Amino acid sequence: MSYIAPHFRHPDQALNELGLSRRDYEGALSTLCAGCGHDSISAAVVQASFELSLPPHRFAKISGIGCSSKTPTYFLGRSHGFNSVHGRMPSIASGANLANGDLHYVAVSGDGDTASIGIGQFVHVIRRNIDMLYLLENNGCYGLTKGQDSATTDIGSKAKAGHEGFLPPIDLCAMALQLGAGFVARSFSGDKQQLVPLIKAAIKHRGFAFIDVISPCVTFNNNAESTKSYSHARSAIHSANVVDYVPERAEISADYAPGDRLTVPLHNGGEVVLRKADSDFQPGDAMAALNAMQRATADGEILTGLLYLDPDKPDLHSMLQTSTRHLAGLGEEELCPGTALLEQLNEECR
Amino acid sequence: MVEIKAEAPGSLAAVNDFVIKFATVNGSGSSSTNRLFTWALFRMGLSVTPKNIFPSNIQGLPTWFELRVNQRGFVGRRGGVDLVVGLNPQSAVQDLAELSPGGYFLYDSTRPLNPALHRDDIHYLPVPLTRICAQEFSQSRQRQLLRNMCYVGVLVELLGVELDVMHGLLEEQFGHKPKLVQLNKRALELSGAYTREHLPSIDLRVERCERSMERAILLDGNTALALGAIYAGATVAAWYPITPSTSLVEAFERYAKRLRHDASGAAHYAVVQAEDELAAIGMVIGAGWNGARAFTATSGPGISLMAEFLGLGYFAELPAVIYDVQRVGPSTGLPTRTQQSDLLAAAYASHGDTRHVLLLPGSVSECFELSAQAFDLAEQLQTPIIVMTDLDTGMNDHVSAPLQWQKGRRYERGRLLDAAALEQREARYGRYLDEEGDGICARTLPGTHPEKGAFFTRGTSRDSYAIYSEEGGHYAANMDRLLRKWQRAAELVPKPILAHGDGTAALGVLCYGSSVDSTLEAVQRIGEEQGIAIDMLRLRAFPFSAAVPEFCASHSQLFIVEQNRDAQMRTLLVQECGNTAMDIQALCHYDGAPITATFIINGILAHTAHSDRDGDVERIEGSPSSVSPGNKQSKQPTPAAL
Repeated sequence: MSYIAPHFRHPDQALNELGLSRRDYEGALSTLCAGCGHDSISAAVVQASFELSLPPHRFAKISGIGCSSKTPTYFLGRSHGFNSVHGRMPSIASGANLANGDLHYVAVSGDGDTASIGIGQFVHVIRRNIDMLYLLENNGCYGLTKGQDSATTDIGSKAKAGHEGFLPPIDLCAMALQLGAGFVARSFSGDKQQLVPLIKAAIKHRGFAFIDVISPCVTFNNNAESTKSYSHARSAIHSANVVDYVPERAEISADYAPGDRLTVPLHNGGEVVLRKADSDFQPGDAMAALNAMQRATADGEILTGLLYLDPDKPDLHSMLQTSTRHLAGLGEEELCPGTALLEQLNEECR
Repeated sequence: MVEIKAEAPGSLAAVNDFVIKFATVNGSGSSSTNRLFTWALFRMGLSVTPKNIFPSNIQGLPTWFELRVNQRGFVGRRGGVDLVVGLNPQSAVQDLAELSPGGYFLYDSTRPLNPALHRDDIHYLPVPLTRICAQEFSQSRQRQLLRNMCYVGVLVELLGVELDVMHGLLEEQFGHKPKLVQLNKRALELSGAYTREHLPSIDLRVERCERSMERAILLDGNTALALGAIYAGATVAAWYPITPSTSLVEAFERYAKRLRHDASGAAHYAVVQAEDELAAIGMVIGAGWNGARAFTATSGPGISLMAEFLGLGYFAELPAVIYDVQRVGPSTGLPTRTQQSDLLAAAYASHGDTRHVLLLPGSVSECFELSAQAFDLAEQLQTPIIVMTDLDTGMNDHVSAPLQWQKGRRYERGRLLDAAALEQREARYGRYLDEEGDGICARTLPGTHPEKGAFFTRGTSRDSYAIYSEEGGHYAANMDRLLRKWQRAAELVPKPILAHGDGTAALGVLCYGSSVDSTLEAVQRIGEEQGIAIDMLRLRAFPFSAAVPEFCASHSQLFIVEQNRDAQMRTLLVQECGNTAMDIQALCHYDGAPITATFIINGILAHTAHSDRDGDVERIEGSPSSVSPGNKQSKQPTPAAL
């Protein structure tokens, strides 16, 4: 690697409830292009996990292939990571979660990795409601192979190389909603104020949490004619709500006007606090969310915020009624029926 | 109606040694009736070899159930048919053609026999099965199902099967439905009475006997593999339905439901039916990475789809167990017939320099044993282990030694560092540091230690500390280490077994998997009937132990018995053992039916008698039963491979 991370630590650096600094949640230095939206998302993950005061080694990071899938190296350096196979991250995350549901799963994918080669696994991981955060770093192009269109490239959106998107884009949030995801959000890598609380709430949500983050590719898709550029995102974003995550015991901050505020408790602790921007928007109403998203798209806007939240959907472990002790931690005593029982089984075959 | 011929050859006269073939229509319920009949003979002490030969269809196509009985303990398929229960007009011409001269053709004489079904050299056994059932039973579904029990009743009477044993089995199977027991007993009684009154006695009989194998069981390979997974502590099963592996996962789930719950009733296992084979193997690899023992079960098409993940498992060094219950390829091939044709695809699955450990169980008890060992090896070697069986081993019942589990046996978890081990460690932990020199490094699980042991698993090249690296030296060193690990694997995998002979014969035969039983019978009978001594080596794993090239080097004439067209195991032997394996004569059987002893005997004798034959791959359709119309005896030598 051509980068060396400095070991300097400021003596006044803030510590969280575990006595850890933000540094303890960081990873290796990024090798992505300077200004890449993905690096801002990595920083938001660091910020969110630090603020949640969760032990960094109790996270597991999983990704597929692509620029976005490289990013788990750049956050949470004390946790195990798995950079797997193109489009197949959901199956790795599902298996890992089945083995041990006690870890926090942060999964990263891109629009190529999810909307094209991985669309099948994306669909089914949602149906199974695996307890994980699925971060989609959406730049509307294939960065690592130098800028080809992806399945989220908008019609008419022009890449730096000059070609225009001509196929209908897949709206992954709409898809996630229709498939029954319990947590669906959209955000923008340049909006840390919105992204950090969304990530915190997603980590604390029990079940599948999907965040589609518009994350401009500075090298291949950040020109003015692209709908995934910084300038377009900044001008087109329309927030459905202002989201905050409030941990247990904490006071809800007072700057929300009463009546304009909605709180939703989460099963893994804390609650989501939403300040509504649209008066008719309810986070538990999938139909309203779909309508709002489609309206925004028709108006050339990008609707961001927490689009849907149902904290009560059973995750796969609940559906399979697995033991509270994680499966990977069981040994011979729990798992092996023993020699005497085998003789009984033999006898049943005579 | 055709008269029984008085001058019929007497060569078929046999006690406890013959082959019956039931030809019926699939979906008619015949398979479970035939199975019950098989069990009756097994309970009388006979060795039974049932082969269910079924179409890829739910209802209406021809299906066959071939049953061999034998007292000597031969449990492979023999070849040839002595008695046909011919109840399917669609296949009757072919079924009749397969019958050995002097054999018996039992048919439903409610309607007159098709004149095309005439042979002078066999005996006809006409029984009006449909009429008997129509007269006795009122409901149409009952009539259809009990017609099956009626033909069994004829056989019970003709062959001398103990009626008490049949009754006992009916009570075990339908004990909760006494009316059904009565109906079935009535069907046996009616057809038995008809047989006594209208049919002559025949020269095939069964008698109660002592089985050569003590405490034998009758079980299918898929269930034994599933039980191996249960005993080995597998907790995560992810799969996609595919014949012939489906019943493996179903058996796992059935036994897990029975044996794997905590006091509150919560499950100590998780079974997930994935969206495809790619997701199935992905889940298995994810679970293995996170410390659970996980497996998937599939067949050839699934192995093709899993190839990319198998390469990741090899390169990133992740434990996984894959059962490949092989069927006939390429492509969809014959999806409900048996073959050993995935060997090369499995051994080198995926792009790049990839190799996988294969285990090759040769019996049902060994399915259990190697299935359990696969989980130990997967963790010891930190790599995917592929257990190779096939439809014949997996879906047919086999007489087998009982399943065995050593009391107090512990799981081999391999080099797995826990929090205490990481805490004590002074040197920096490196996931791919070869500290023992055998290519196997220490792994850690996610969430183990707050500060030590975390690393990044990836399919891209990395250094010994799992840091992403595109340096050629790092890559090459890693690949060399994986080869050292492969050499270590050759020492850890199950060793081959000299199953016949003392190792000093000039002639050696290699075989594996579902060819073992028929090969063993073939070499024994050649010894007895021709006086030719043969050593038989049973391969049980890839990579090959040192004993395999030694066996090849110490025999002047070598055969390998395979159930594929291209002698895939021989290719592996030549690839891995070099010159010693170059002159192996392959006997390849690949029509989708299980290999027969007759085929192997013919193949070996052809080459010991005519050693100047050119070509090195022999394909002989050894017995009439393995020839389908249009696929006549083919002896097509191919150019020397490689």
